[in-house]
Formats: sequence, structure tokens, C-alpha cells
Amino acid sequence: MTQSLSKAALRGRPGASDWAPRLARRPRPLEALIQAGLLGAGAVSILTAAGIMITLGTESLTFFKDVSLWEFLSGTVWQPSVGQFGILPLLSATLGTSLWAMAVALPLGLAAAIYLAEYASDKARGILKPALEVLAGVPTVVYGYFALTVVTPALRAVFGGERVEVYNTLSAGLAMGALILPLVASLCEDALSAVPRSLREAAYAMGATKLETSVRVVLPAAFSGVAAAFILALSRAVGETMIVALAAGAGPKLTLNPFVAAETMTGHIARISGGDLSYDSVDYKSLFAIALLLFMMTLVLNLVSRRIVRLRQEVYE
Amino acid sequence: MSGRPDPSRAGFDDRLDERKAKAGRWKAAFLAAASLAVVSLAVLVLSIVDDAFGYVVIRYAVNPAELTDGRELAELTDGELLELLQAQAPARRLRALEREAPLAGRGHDELLSLIEAEILKPEIAAAYSLAESLFDKRRIVEESKAEFPDGYLSFRSWLSPSFLGSSLNAKPLSTGVLTAIKGTFLTILVAMATALPLGVAAAVWLEEYARDNWLNRLIQASIYNLAGVPSIVYGMLGLAVFVRLLAPLSSGAVFGLAAEGMEANGRTVLAAGLTLALLVLPVIVISTQEALKAIPSTLRASSLALGATRWQTVWHHVLPASAGRVMTGAVLALSRAIGETAPLVVVGASTFLTQDPTGIFSPFTTLPIQIYQWTSRPQPEFRHLAAAAIITLLGLMLILNAFAIVARQKARAKGNPS
Repeated sequence: MTQSLSKAALRGRPGASDWAPRLARRPRPLEALIQAGLLGAGAVSILTAAGIMITLGTESLTFFKDVSLWEFLSGTVWQPSVGQFGILPLLSATLGTSLWAMAVALPLGLAAAIYLAEYASDKARGILKPALEVLAGVPTVVYGYFALTVVTPALRAVFGGERVEVYNTLSAGLAMGALILPLVASLCEDALSAVPRSLREAAYAMGATKLETSVRVVLPAAFSGVAAAFILALSRAVGETMIVALAAGAGPKLTLNPFVAAETMTGHIARISGGDLSYDSVDYKSLFAIALLLFMMTLVLNLVSRRIVRLRQEVYE
Repeated sequence: MSGRPDPSRAGFDDRLDERKAKAGRWKAAFLAAASLAVVSLAVLVLSIVDDAFGYVVIRYAVNPAELTDGRELAELTDGELLELLQAQAPARRLRALEREAPLAGRGHDELLSLIEAEILKPEIAAAYSLAESLFDKRRIVEESKAEFPDGYLSFRSWLSPSFLGSSLNAKPLSTGVLTAIKGTFLTILVAMATALPLGVAAAVWLEEYARDNWLNRLIQASIYNLAGVPSIVYGMLGLAVFVRLLAPLSSGAVFGLAAEGMEANGRTVLAAGLTLALLVLPVIVISTQEALKAIPSTLRASSLALGATRWQTVWHHVLPASAGRVMTGAVLALSRAIGETAPLVVVGASTFLTQDPTGIFSPFTTLPIQIYQWTSRPQPEFRHLAAAAIITLLGLMLILNAFAIVARQKARAKGNPS
């Protein structure tokens, strides 16, 4: 570029108007090539998304030739060895562990977010925020270890060893709550901090206490952001694997008792796919059907969450 | 405001104390919830440290004191050690060892470990946690004497140089994480080498080139939605595509590089690394997009005004100026990839390896996989190994993060035009 410029200058061309059009018209095959490459890199994401849907879809289709969709969705027994493929035991365990995790992470995460956004001094934030970030960065398999070596013995000590099994969904759910808490706290804090200051000042001017301002003015104003955070947290809990694989137990079981072992959808996929598996067996295909259901559940939750966030942006801009 | 009671404030003042008290109670509750993060982090760290150190009772097949008449094994000369080995070990094993390498030519440490493996055969009879070892030593001493009269009580750090430097084997006393560390490095290398250029390129396309049309909206929408897909679903994708469909490629058979007997086995470092690459790609794209958005448009305009082409503008001005933020995103992606377990379980990390991985076509295990394996074993000694492996993993993450932060600082210093 600079070369062609100086050449033009050396030859004593009269003005810019003379060479500028030529420069613009010059064919630049390398630029076009680079652009194509960049577009290709962008297309990898489409291919990945398509790849997920196609692999899950085709394998599930062959699975549903052997097992009817109704049988899959309404069956109460999951026993591949005798050809029973009812998703309900796995689904109930997934929802059970997720609900326990939500029961821990939502109230505590929201309370922590209110403290961080409305009350905390810079010094307190300097301690609490990094702690939350570190907690969020700890690999999930470590939380699985935590559930098995700390939470489960504690539960057995409190509720009695004969009532609480070594592997149980409550322990997995509580550890998952600790995993999700930082996510809820940081998303809720963002939502609360985005509320304009004028709202708080108006509330104070009316004589409201800090609590009343935070809970009755700021929180409702940030409602959509908080709701989006909750839904995102649920999606994360449903897809979480390592904690439930370690602490919730092996073997699908339809139960509402949080003290007994029950395998979740993700836990089942992890256990079966880790072993030796024939690629043509129904067992192998059934894993893709489970993964497809899991994918659709999290996709819907994520879409709903993003829609809610977008609504909020429309209100405040 | 003045001392005279104001009739309009009567109802307000009556409830003021109560309202203030309520506000105080809730403030305490909010603080408690926020502090819970610090508390749970502390409990997490303590429980790991608690299991990584502590007393163990070791029993030997042959009593080491009888073997050497009370002298320490390490004090013996090489000749004496060799004599001992030849006298005690079964002849068949000796011949096998001799065939591997002449016994006489082996060093002191190697002879010691041979004697341990072939003659002493130590086994863990009981293992205690650090808290028990510190505060309840008397009970441990009494208990171990009563239950294991022939056992040796000693303090053991499960995390040790030999743990870090030994390959995986089935014996809890001599196994190590070297195999897993090598596997982790190799998979991360493949994942980052693939995802970083692809992710940055995709972000540059979306921010610097893309027009607002259906194709680019589709790209953006798939990136946002991929970011929320559970990691185990990526594992299923990897299993179907990289392990099964592309087995000849991921086993290295296409290049004639497949390990022996592994021609049709796609469960390799390459398959795992590519799976992780797809997993962290959205993280890199989104963070790079944020970085590019933060670059003022005047920078682009001035470059274009001087006659630079679009790519020259991006390559020489926009990318260097945003390098610091791009690196931050890369660090996030790296941390995520190192700790990821579920997709690798599905893609098929080998549960037990006898050889360290040597390249991208090797079967592999990684640190998180090893932690998962050891934690799920019922025998208590494996839980201590898991704790030591967790400390190793967290330490590794810390070191890599520190490296990346230094690199980011450098990139920032370089990229800043000021």
C-alpha cells in the first residue's frame, strides 16, 4: 500500500484523483480469500449447532423405531437389559436434584446479590466477589468429590445413617446448589446494578429504609433480569453431570425420596457411555434420545431466559 | 424536624424503630448469604487438604526390619541391595527383570523401588485424615497397634514429588498423576490450537465484516445458543462425529500413525481435544466480540482513511489494540477446558492406562477424569489420591492462569497506542 503510494508520488502524478480510483479497482485476491476464511470460521458455529441436532436427531430416530415415543415419555421403568425404556425415572431424578439445587441457590444467590449490589462497601466487595469468582471457576468434578466426602457424611450425621443412603439425590442437589450460587449471585447483581439510581433516590426521599428500597423498589424494577438468571440457573442444573454422576448414585429409580439413590439423565449417559458399548445396540441409541430431550429442555430454558432479558432492555432504553 | 411533635408524622414515627430493626435483621441475613460463598470455599479447601495428608498404616509382605537386620534399606550399598534382591525375589521375576535391563547396571533408587515392588509389597491397611492425625493421634496409635500389630504407622503426604512424577498404576502407594497431566496438556493444546484461531476469526467476521443478513444472524444465534448447551451434549456430538465417523482420522490411521491395535479406535487425544474445542468456541467468540466492540471506530476510520484495506486495518490496528481483552477471553476458555470432565467421559477417556500418551493419536486420561475415577472407587485410600489429584489440578489451573495473565499484561502494554 505505502509502496504504491510512494511510486505514484515519485512518478510525479498530479493529484489524488488520478490514482485513487485505480487503487480502489485493483483486484485483491488475498483480501477476498481472507474474508472467505473468516466467514468459514463463523460457519463452524452453524455446523456445530447443526451437527448436534443431526447426530442427536438421526440416532434418536432409529431408537424410536424400536421404542415408541409414547413408551419413552410415559414409561416408569428404565431397564435396557429387558427392553424397558421409560424416561420418567431419569427425568424425575434430574428434576429432583435440580429443585434441591434451586432451593439452595436461588434464595441465597439473590440475597448475596442484594448485599453486593445495595449494601456492600468496597472492602467487603473486594473479599466477596473474588470468592464467588473462584467458586464459579472450580471444576464440577471437585464439587462431586465435595458432595461425596463432605455433604453426604453431614447428611448421614444429621438424619441418621440408616435413613440416608451413601448415594442420594439430596447430597448431589445441595452440592449443585453451591455450584450454581455464584452464577445466580453474579447475574442477579448485574440486574440490580442496572436499575437507575434515580429510583433508589426517590424511594429514600419518601422516607423508605434501605431494606424497603432494595426489596420493594429495586428488586421489582430488576425483576426480569432476576427471573432470567433463575431460568439460566435451572438450565445449568439440568445439564450438570459430574456431581450427579458421583453423588446421586447409579441405577435409575422412580422415587421422590431425596435420601435414596436415583440416577439422573446426565448421570446415566456418563455411566453408560464410559463403558464398552456396541455402536449398533439399542442402549447406545437410547443415550442419544436422552441427550436430545436434555438438549431441548436446556434450549427452551435458554431461549426463554434470553427473551426475558431482551424485554428488560426494551423497558430501560 | 423541631422538638415540637408534628401531627402528620405520628404514624410514621411510631413504626420507625420497628422498621429500622427489621432493616437491620435483613441486612445481617443478606451479609450471611454473601459470606456463605467464603465459608463454602473454605470448607471445600479444608476438606481437600484434610484428605491429602494424614497417617497411614502400611503392612509389608516381608518385614523390612528382618530383611536388613535393623538397618535402613536406603543405607545399604548397591551391591548389598542386589544381593538382597537376588536372594529374596522369585527366580522367574528375576529373569524377567534381567531381560529388561541388566540388574547389575541399575542405580540405587531403581534397586530400592524394585525391592519394594518385588519383596516388601507394601499395602495400605488403614488411612486417616489430617484432622484425625493432628487432633486424635493417641487413638490412631492405639487403634493401629490393636488392629494391625504387624503394620507400620507413618505420616504420609499423598501429594508428593513421586505422586506428580509417577505414571498411573493400580497400586495406591506408588501410582501417580503424570499420565493424567500429560493427557491434560495434550488435549488442552489441541483444543486451544483449534478454538482460539477459529473463535477470533469468527468474531472478526461478525464484528468487522458481516452485514446484517439472515446468514450472519444465524451465525450469531447459533453462537449464543451453543454457549448454553450442556457440556455432556458436546460429548455425545464428539462421540458420534470425532470418535465414530472420523475414526480413521482421529486414530491416525489415515496418516499411518495409529498406535498398534488402535486402527479403528477413535477414542484419542485428538477426538477429545476437538470436542473441547467446540465446547469453548462460543466462549472465545463472545468474549472476542466484546473486545472488538470496545475498540473506538475512530481507529478503524483513521486506518482506512490512510488507504489501508479492511484486513490491514484489522490485522495491524484493531486486533493488536484489543489483544489484552482477547487474551482474557482465552484464559476463561482455557480454565473451562482444563476442568471439563463430562464430555471426556463420553468421548472415552480410558479408565486405565498402562502407558503415558505420546501424541495426539494416543488413548488418554486427564486430571479431572482421574479425580472422577478415584473418587468413585469405594476403597478409602483412593479418596486420598483424589484429594491429592484435586490439589494438582487446582495448582495447574492457577499456574496456567498466572501465565495467561502475564501474557495479557504484555499484550496490553504492546497494544496500547499511547
